[in-house]
Amino acid sequence: MTQTVRISDDAVARACGADAVANAFALAGWTVERVSSWGMHWLEPLVEVNGVGWGPVTTDRVAEIVDGGADDLCIGPIAAHPFIAGQQRMTFARAGRTRPLSLDDYAETGGWQGLNRAREIGAEQVLAEVVQSGLRGRGGAGFPAGIKWQTVAKAEEPRKYIVCNADEGDSGTFADRMVMEGDPFALIEGMAIAGHAVGAGQGYVYLRSEYPDAIAKINAAIALAADRIAPFRIEVRVGAGAYVCGEETSLLNSLEGKRGEVRAKPPLPALSGLFGCPTVVNNVLTLAAVPHIMTEGGAVAYETLGMGRSKGTMPIQIAGNVKHGGLYETAFGVTLRELVYDIGGGTASGRPVKAVQVGGPLGAYIHPDQFDIAFDYETYAAADALIGHGGIVVFDDSADMAALARFAMKFCAAESCGKCTPCRIGSVRGMEIIERILAGGRKADAVEVLPQMHNVRAPDRSLSEQVALLEDLCETMKFGSLCALGGFTPYPVLSALRHWPEDFGLPAKMPVPA
Amino acid sequence: MKTIDDIVARHAGREGPLLPILHDVQAELGAVDTAAETRIAHLLNLTRAEVHGVVSFYHDFRPERDPRPVVQVCRAEACQARGVEALIPAAEAAAGGRVRIDTVYCLGLCSVGPNARIGDDLHARLDEAALTALVERA
Ligand SMILES: Cc1cc2nc3c(=O)[nH]c(=O)nc-3n(C[C@H](O)[C@H](O)[C@H](O)COP(=O)(O)O)c2cc1C
Ligand code: SF4
Ligand code: FES
Repeated sequence: MTQTVRISDDAVARACGADAVANAFALAGWTVERVSSWGMHWLEPLVEVNGVGWGPVTTDRVAEIVDGGADDLCIGPIAAHPFIAGQQRMTFARAGRTRPLSLDDYAETGGWQGLNRAREIGAEQVLAEVVQSGLRGRGGAGFPAGIKWQTVAKAEEPRKYIVCNADEGDSGTFADRMVMEGDPFALIEGMAIAGHAVGAGQGYVYLRSEYPDAIAKINAAIALAADRIAPFRIEVRVGAGAYVCGEETSLLNSLEGKRGEVRAKPPLPALSGLFGCPTVVNNVLTLAAVPHIMTEGGAVAYETLGMGRSKGTMPIQIAGNVKHGGLYETAFGVTLRELVYDIGGGTASGRPVKAVQVGGPLGAYIHPDQFDIAFDYETYAAADALIGHGGIVVFDDSADMAALARFAMKFCAAESCGKCTPCRIGSVRGMEIIERILAGGRKADAVEVLPQMHNVRAPDRSLSEQVALLEDLCETMKFGSLCALGGFTPYPVLSALRHWPEDFGLPAKMPVPA
Repeated sequence: MKTIDDIVARHAGREGPLLPILHDVQAELGAVDTAAETRIAHLLNLTRAEVHGVVSFYHDFRPERDPRPVVQVCRAEACQARGVEALIPAAEAAAGGRVRIDTVYCLGLCSVGPNARIGDDLHARLDEAALTALVERA
């Protein structure tokens, strides 16, 4: 009897050598099934034989596993592993369990039930249930998905669109990618349900060019599912390396074939979006959560999870210098301490944790003193931080927070769409001020010391004056920017300055106003 | 200009076809240069300024061909946290003038960095020796 081994074909597994491992099993005469990833990235390539896992496996260990050995790599039954058993997986219910492009696997695990039921109960009821579930946008802003859908549904236009935001540009995030590579039919089903609910016939997936595997998978899945979702149609559009195109209006411009400049709102995309038509723009995770919500009783089940106004589960992405990195889906309310230490196992380097950045490049750096903060949109907002797309990036004590603050400004300068001054110019000036702080203040330059320059206020600028200038600039960026790229870049910068002033050459306890 | 005419024809009838066209031109011709911009503008009934504005906005499109092989290295925060910056000098030394090392911000492999991409192949858990070897083989 030939044995069957299951190995992920997710990009993380492949980048860690899963293809070669799969090949080695095939050469040993085993049947290889390529499945989605369980999300335990430190164990990739993870191989599964009859529910038991080994990882991380290299080709030279395959022979031992074939012979029933390699005990040091064996983690026992995968589903019982604490990292998996502790999660509440809804969006990622199929992770590790199904072959991504198998329509049979999808149907056997409850696939299409949401769409079938949505078609039975009618658009009105679908909208009501999505509202009831409390599902909020997972792309960052946390806007209630049902309300957005209702707005589009009410708009009386013949042409409407569903646009899936798959631009996932935040460092430390990969949940969208894992859905598209591991469970692409769930996203397709979610988009079809959205189309049915609001009366849209065409969907677009705007997918970043940095994700070659996801592009191939979702295209293949759309071809396989075309009949299922008809008359709804979906097309993939590939981005071109611009972070700002994750912002919804910039994304719409890009889809239209324009520069990815951010549009002023109003009009809301829900009323005047793609080509001026009413458009639902939702993140991958938002749309992929919908099939589950649409099953019988799904909305109520979803609504009972979470805390406060943050309902349901959040696929949290644990990344950076962490021992047990990967995808951890759980109800809102989990603390950073649990995520970093209990679940993540501390740093990969074994050194103390210095900081955690939550919510991507625009998210604040959180100090270990604040690790009891609960994962919830409102709690984070109150702490001048953001959940964003749910990525957490762990840094050990070798991190230089001033360098990271400078990087935040540099990233903003590189990715700014250029529409407004505080972001386009402010980010460059911000970088320079941080450099001057690190240089210990600023000496008067050659021009300022000329005798003609009577009105030069003071020839030198002290360290504390530079800091005040940086804070002023951040204030201007925060309140004067059109979108969150310029508006939120101050969060990583000021949080780094506030909690780790010593990295900027300032006295450790120097009070920095909020 | 035959290729460009073919590419534009391939996307005829699509809504907002400019980005898919530019991707194909970049992939097949290695750049979107002035001549390409002019031809695309003519075929889509746009001005060259409009096309150039789009081409220059996006990092993926290049105005000039570069025959060197490319290694894209992620230098975003999660890969910084896993030590990518320390690998760069050796990689650049190995690259010399023969290989181009590009920076990308995030390949979505943030739990297993430092990471690099060559063509559509992804490479994770790189240390100095592994990245340098990739550069040398590129
Ligand atoms: C600079 C910037 C980048 C963004 N990047 C993304 C992104 O990569 N993916 C995403 O879904 N939303 C992103 N957003 C948020 C979107 O503008 C928008 O809120 C979201 O797509 C709405 O979908 P949701 O309600 O399902 O979250 C970004 C916003 C800004 C300001
Ligand atoms: S804040 Fe920056 S990215 Fe956003 S609209 Fe203004 S210039 Fe563009
Ligand atoms: S930060 Fe490097 S892959 Fe995401």
